[in-house]
Amino acid sequence: MRKYIINSIFMLSIMAVIFSCQNQETVDLQNYMSNGKDIYKSRCQNCHGENGEGLGELAPPLTDSVFLKTNKSRLACIIKNGINEPLIVHGKEYKEKMPAFPELADIDVAQVMVYITNSFGNNQGFVPYKQVSTQLQNCK
Amino acid sequence: MNKIISLIAICLLFVTILSSCQQEKKLPFYGERHTETIKDSSGADKIDTVYQTIPNWSFLNQDSVVTTNRATDGKVYIADFFFTSCTTICPTMHRNLMTVYNQFKTNPDVMFVSHTIDFKYDRPYVLKKYAQKLGVDGAKWQFLYGSKDSVYTLAEKNYLVAVGEDSTAKDGYIHQGYLVLIDKDRRIRGAYDGTKKDQVEQLKKDIPVLLAEYKK
Repeated sequence: MRKYIINSIFMLSIMAVIFSCQNQETVDLQNYMSNGKDIYKSRCQNCHGENGEGLGELAPPLTDSVFLKTNKSRLACIIKNGINEPLIVHGKEYKEKMPAFPELADIDVAQVMVYITNSFGNNQGFVPYKQVSTQLQNCK
Repeated sequence: MNKIISLIAICLLFVTILSSCQQEKKLPFYGERHTETIKDSSGADKIDTVYQTIPNWSFLNQDSVVTTNRATDGKVYIADFFFTSCTTICPTMHRNLMTVYNQFKTNPDVMFVSHTIDFKYDRPYVLKKYAQKLGVDGAKWQFLYGSKDSVYTLAEKNYLVAVGEDSTAKDGYIHQGYLVLIDKDRRIRGAYDGTKKDQVEQLKKDIPVLLAEYKK
């Protein structure tokens, strides 16, 4: 009987550890999403719109999940350093220059990137700050 | 019985009072004003209020054509000040103004005039490209280029919108995001913050009110 109880407590604690791990990521995601939204509002929304719809041919929409996925490793660099090359989004070419945001810290870039890639119909999950930081060090 | 009759009478009285109180909505006048004594048709002296008006102007538009106030004379128009490389308030302003433009696109009595304050870079061909990319085509929305002096004076003295060069600003210029509503007699009848959705909605409601003033 005692063995049985000890075993079940052991199993329960392992399960609790697993669950709390998952929760930590969910908590992080929620955290990034809410901070990312604030950053998006103040830096990105002007051009890309409240719902990521873009602005004419001046600013591309942020709703092209395929584009976001294929350029996943570049997104952080684009957010921080801007971009001055034509991009094909939703099959349309966008040639306007995007300004740089050098004032954004790595964590800000990570949060706003997670927000964009998990809003406007995108659902690409969580990217931790450390990974974004490495990407930013290797910007071309 | 008497009670009912008096009740009905009171109700009727209220209705008449309320309906007689109802005044037609009129937009305010902005800017400086002064009074002038004029003679009315019977020859008697009458005091009239004279409001600030937009003076004559002449600029190059997005097609590099000299455009003057004659383009907007006799029309209600919305003026604003922006520049194409602006990354702060201009995109929002023009995103919102686009919705107004789309609503009044087919109304021949309404026009749109955007002045660039970037006299160095925003040449007419730059404005043309910008207009096309924004999704504007045709003469209903004019994008105007002029010398710093002429545009800045017009903005601050006549449209009452603050503009300026500022090397500390992110894009090199600062300006207010007002959409200024001008009536057919060149008077300022409204100023709406183009970055705020509710104010732009108000503008959409006020344009028909202003147009109605001229229908009588």
